[in-house]
Amino acid sequence: MSDSAIDASKRTWLITCGGAGVIGGAIAAVPFIASFEPSERAKAAGGPVEADISGLREGEKMTVEWRGKPVWILKRSPAQLASLHKTDAQVADPNSERTAYPTPEYARNEWRSIRPEIFVAVGICTHLGCSPGDKLQPGPQPSLPDDWQGGFLCPCHGSTFDLAGRVFKNKPAPDNLEVPPYMFLSDTRLRIGDDKKA
Amino acid sequence: MAEATQIRTEPGALARAADWFDTRFPSAGAMFRAHMSQYYAPKNFNFWYFFGVMSIVVLVMQILTGVFLTMNYKPAASDAFASVEYIMRDVPWGWLIRYMHSTGASAFFIVVYLHMYRGLIYGSHRKPRELVWIFGCAIFLALMAEAFMGYLLPWGQMSYWGAQVIINLFSAIPFVGPDLALLIRGDYVVGDATLNRFFAFHVIAVPLVLLGLVVAHIFALHDVGSNNPDGIEIKGPGAPLDANGHPLDGIPFHPYYSVHDILGIAVFLLVFSAIIFFAPEGGGYFLEYNNFIPADSFKTPPHIAPVWYFTPFYSMLRAITSEMMYALSAILVLGIGFVLVKTRASSMTKGLLVVVMIAFLWMFNAFGFTGVRFLNGLDAKFWGVVVMFGSVLTMFFLPWLDKSPVKSIRYRPGWHKAVIGVFVVVFVVLAYLGTEPPSPTANLISQIGTLFYFGFFWLMPWWSRLGEFKPVPQRVTYAAH
Repeated sequence: MSDSAIDASKRTWLITCGGAGVIGGAIAAVPFIASFEPSERAKAAGGPVEADISGLREGEKMTVEWRGKPVWILKRSPAQLASLHKTDAQVADPNSERTAYPTPEYARNEWRSIRPEIFVAVGICTHLGCSPGDKLQPGPQPSLPDDWQGGFLCPCHGSTFDLAGRVFKNKPAPDNLEVPPYMFLSDTRLRIGDDKKA
Repeated sequence: MAEATQIRTEPGALARAADWFDTRFPSAGAMFRAHMSQYYAPKNFNFWYFFGVMSIVVLVMQILTGVFLTMNYKPAASDAFASVEYIMRDVPWGWLIRYMHSTGASAFFIVVYLHMYRGLIYGSHRKPRELVWIFGCAIFLALMAEAFMGYLLPWGQMSYWGAQVIINLFSAIPFVGPDLALLIRGDYVVGDATLNRFFAFHVIAVPLVLLGLVVAHIFALHDVGSNNPDGIEIKGPGAPLDANGHPLDGIPFHPYYSVHDILGIAVFLLVFSAIIFFAPEGGGYFLEYNNFIPADSFKTPPHIAPVWYFTPFYSMLRAITSEMMYALSAILVLGIGFVLVKTRASSMTKGLLVVVMIAFLWMFNAFGFTGVRFLNGLDAKFWGVVVMFGSVLTMFFLPWLDKSPVKSIRYRPGWHKAVIGVFVVVFVVLAYLGTEPPSPTANLISQIGTLFYFGFFWLMPWWSRLGEFKPVPQRVTYAAH
């Protein structure tokens, strides 16, 4: 066997066939991997949702589901809005400049919303996806600092957010709470997941 | 009847049947001889050598109970929780099958951890058994995937939020992370699609891989022969043989160890049954209490933690904070500095090393304090993920990290035993801290533990050579009984 001359053309064809087989196999894997992507139904369910905020009173929060995630709508009182000035120096990204969860242009302000009193955010911690709990009452409380101004506390790894969903410094969460695309259809109707006029 | 009796008592009938079978399927007999009746195992196996066979027993039990669970389980977000409760309450003996499976998962990890510890102390990972060890590490990895995906299936609060947190770990990977997490979930949050695919992976894809790896693990072991508590090669060149050419320090696996192992299996099943019947939830460690609440995508339980067998690695994940990254940067600088001063590499290599070091310091966010945006590195969250996976992948390298001149702990310096003892304590402490809510003290302890864990492995090429080694005898230590 070993002393017979190597048939170069046969070898070339073997390598070519082997290479073609590998490429074919890789192409054949595409539909299988693509089947892992969200289905058309899941994408459709990810469409925009509408919320009626006429019944929401000052200091109250409601939750609607968008793409399976909780979206909070919080109506902030003037006192709560004022607390955002105090937390400016304590939060990691006061002006929402980080780009991991880009804040829409219209919400890139101190209160992170279109209308200052209406705060809309995805209630999912940017660390590892737990849902933070409400700690809206100011003042000293367990696992919160003594100068707490009201905000949110994530139970999983202790990240804290102020009333504009801005994450405090030196917490596991790297980013502020995500502000979803949204728009006001009227004074009391919100459309979440869509910010373009149809 | 009389005729039948006569056939049965006729001496040659059974032998003829066996011969008939053997001429048509000789590989069955050959396999039995190679792996059982003519596989010579060292005669000095001790208590620690029960855990390999126990792993197989638990594997078989998990497959068997798992098959019966799928007959009543429904892998749909709307039905999963209720179907598990249906198994527990309405299916005859369903509670037993379910508890055998859910508590069996913890039993699996207990015996596998003890099996790995055995390998570590007796040097079973050393040449020529590197592949046996690597197949074993791959089994451990597959087992972790299997357990993680299985834990989602009851669709309780802990199932749901545990999966949410772990899948989100992947989103920490730069550039591709968020898309990768989406690809794993199949939806924007953990949902029906996730549950259904995890079910497919859990019941068929991963078990097939697992079984293949187990076969590779055992075949590779039987090709090179088992190690033993003395770390002596009983089949090596110059090892004493008997008149038939069999190793003098070996005995056929069957019947000697097959019968011996039945004793171990009986004791194991005794303990396992006691746990199944009297403490199947293991005090909240085997089945967490929050998992008896159906999954709610709007409400995270106040305290979420993985099941105990993941918690050492979870602790290491949590240990990586931005402060810890500064500590790691300092260690990197010291390590590279040591290499620059102490080794005689070319200045070209050294220059390259410095460039690599600066690149890593940048990625570690060591220059983050400057506030210059360009110098911002990667999030500590990403490095936490790297450390968690790195802590498991590190084990694969053990055969080449261990440079001890002897295999077995019996002939290594006394302080090596202390180092391994501290390693075990650190592992247990990390496991405990991973089940607890985070606190500054606990975090500091897990940071020190993480450094020790990695130091234990990656400094092994240095420390495992040091000290006074005892002479290794020619023959295994064995007292007839």
